Amino acid sequence: MIQHLITLPVLIPLVGAIGLLLATGAGDPRRRQVAIGLCLIQVLVGAWLLVQAAGGELTFYALGNWQAPFGIVLMVDRLSALMLVLTATLSLGCVLFACAGEDTRGSHFHALFQLQLVGLNGAFLTGDLFNLFVFFEITLLASYALMMHGGGKERIGAGLQYVVLNVAGSALFVVALGVLYGATGTLNMADMARRVAVMSGDQAALVTAGALLLIVVFSLKAALLPLYFWLPRTYAAAPAPVAALFAIMTKLGLYAILRVQSLIFVDTPAAEPITTWLWWTGLATIALAGAGVLAARDLRNLVAYLVLVSVGTLLAGLALGTVEAVGALLYYLPHTTLVCGALYLIAELIGQQRGKAGTRLVRGRRLLQRHLLGGMFLVAAVAVAGLPPLAGALGKLLLMQAAEGATRLWLWPLLLLAGLCALIAMSRAGSVFFWASYKGEMSSGRVSRPQLAGVLWLLASAPLLVGFAGPVSDYTRATAEQLAEPQGMVSQLFDDPAARVSGGITVTASQGETP
Amino acid sequence: MEALFSLVVGVLTASGIYLLLRGRTFPVIIGLALLGYAVNLFLFSTGGLNTHAAAVIGESLSPSDPLPQALVLTAIVIGFAMTAFVVILAIRARSELGSDHVDGQSGESGDAK
Repeated sequence: MIQHLITLPVLIPLVGAIGLLLATGAGDPRRRQVAIGLCLIQVLVGAWLLVQAAGGELTFYALGNWQAPFGIVLMVDRLSALMLVLTATLSLGCVLFACAGEDTRGSHFHALFQLQLVGLNGAFLTGDLFNLFVFFEITLLASYALMMHGGGKERIGAGLQYVVLNVAGSALFVVALGVLYGATGTLNMADMARRVAVMSGDQAALVTAGALLLIVVFSLKAALLPLYFWLPRTYAAAPAPVAALFAIMTKLGLYAILRVQSLIFVDTPAAEPITTWLWWTGLATIALAGAGVLAARDLRNLVAYLVLVSVGTLLAGLALGTVEAVGALLYYLPHTTLVCGALYLIAELIGQQRGKAGTRLVRGRRLLQRHLLGGMFLVAAVAVAGLPPLAGALGKLLLMQAAEGATRLWLWPLLLLAGLCALIAMSRAGSVFFWASYKGEMSSGRVSRPQLAGVLWLLASAPLLVGFAGPVSDYTRATAEQLAEPQGMVSQLFDDPAARVSGGITVTASQGETP
Repeated sequence: MEALFSLVVGVLTASGIYLLLRGRTFPVIIGLALLGYAVNLFLFSTGGLNTHAAAVIGESLSPSDPLPQALVLTAIVIGFAMTAFVVILAIRARSELGSDHVDGQSGESGDAK
């Protein structure tokens, strides 16, 4: 029984979503309670998997009991568990916030939200590349509908571009999978890893091509430099709880890159170009997004560029490739995701109390609850800019310590400058919102209790990650060590690695003519 | 057969990408559909191009790989659903924005920002 529980992160939201779709007659309060309950259960399941994975144990689950290279396996290692907990935590905050009224602006908000969680959780769990594609598609499909939830000119316009771009990206994903399958004859990640390791000549060149294509697709999802121009408009147009959830979508791309890079392509000829490209594009993303942060004229755009800064930071860290760097970026990742999510929610609250001026950085009405909003904004700003008392500073510090030699010269100034840009932009935005307001009547739009709960839930991560910095960074460090030894995963999935490898070669060699 | 096959895939991809880069939604959707066809054909070929090789053991001397066929089926279903969705979305965008330009801006006074 207990071994089946690993499928719960996929099954709970799936069953929940179907139930929410069916229950058309049910009143809103019950639907909201169910949605919140589902998210709570996912947090608990995620925490249980995290505790299980923390000991370094790898758990595999063969779906339908089809054994590993042939069937689809789900796997939980420290990285998957971390991402699952992060997704569940973020989603709980978003759902709480949405329960204040955002969910009634269109139909089936909660069902779509749970479906998106199916895709996200599945993508973090799966050990099969094609299955990863399928879960990506589920995530994207739900995100299309969620992004345009409630309709409106701006959303539809931005949504069309987002959809077209991602459909084209999916086509490229399938091409990459085709190339990799053609070269290796398998789609199981661990199986592919051991086959790629013994490849040479033309086949190795094919694998390199497939690997680079795959990285391009994941970079599109993660919003790396030449492929990020869709992000600011999309995120700024999406409803606030959805935009907050989208903060994890870029991390999904990052997770996919980290997974395939560390497991499959680490010792192949593809590894070198991948890290080089990620390093330079990551740095360029930091630089350009830093400029974007300064140039943004709207708080939602500003936060979108802050998301991009964090993407660049994380990918540059990933390109460093050392255990220290990966551990540092995994420490930084939950913090930046949750805080960016919280910032979207805070932006919505500010916009709600400023009437027509919305979140644009112009003089507007006096805010009704400026102490409450100002306080939350201050905490979020300090966290996102990476100033000392909160976890952002610690994450960046760890990352900067991990950079050595020539990489320091590039990473340190860019990271610090981007932090400065964020600081300047957030101070400017804060002074406009909370000080440069008209005298006279105050607006309505009091912050409701679920909204406050959602924001505080997400914001609490910043101090908590500092408070528990020791255990958390130990865990992320252990995660990085686990990722650095992909052989452990391969040998555990296929009990007898040596015998299987030789079998793998024969299958691969005969792949072209007589499969 | 390989040359013909790769030519077809190449032409479909090139046409698809050309149409994808057009400014109006209809050519873009056709472009996405063509790209989808090209991708499906390509995926189908990854199991090797054989004739008289059913994907059933015992029916032929050298059965072909059944997995790419299953993958293509999945990709077709997903691609089909996506095309339907994009068509509806494009119609909706046309009526909301008053323009079928992908930027939603042509013919307007640049209010779409």
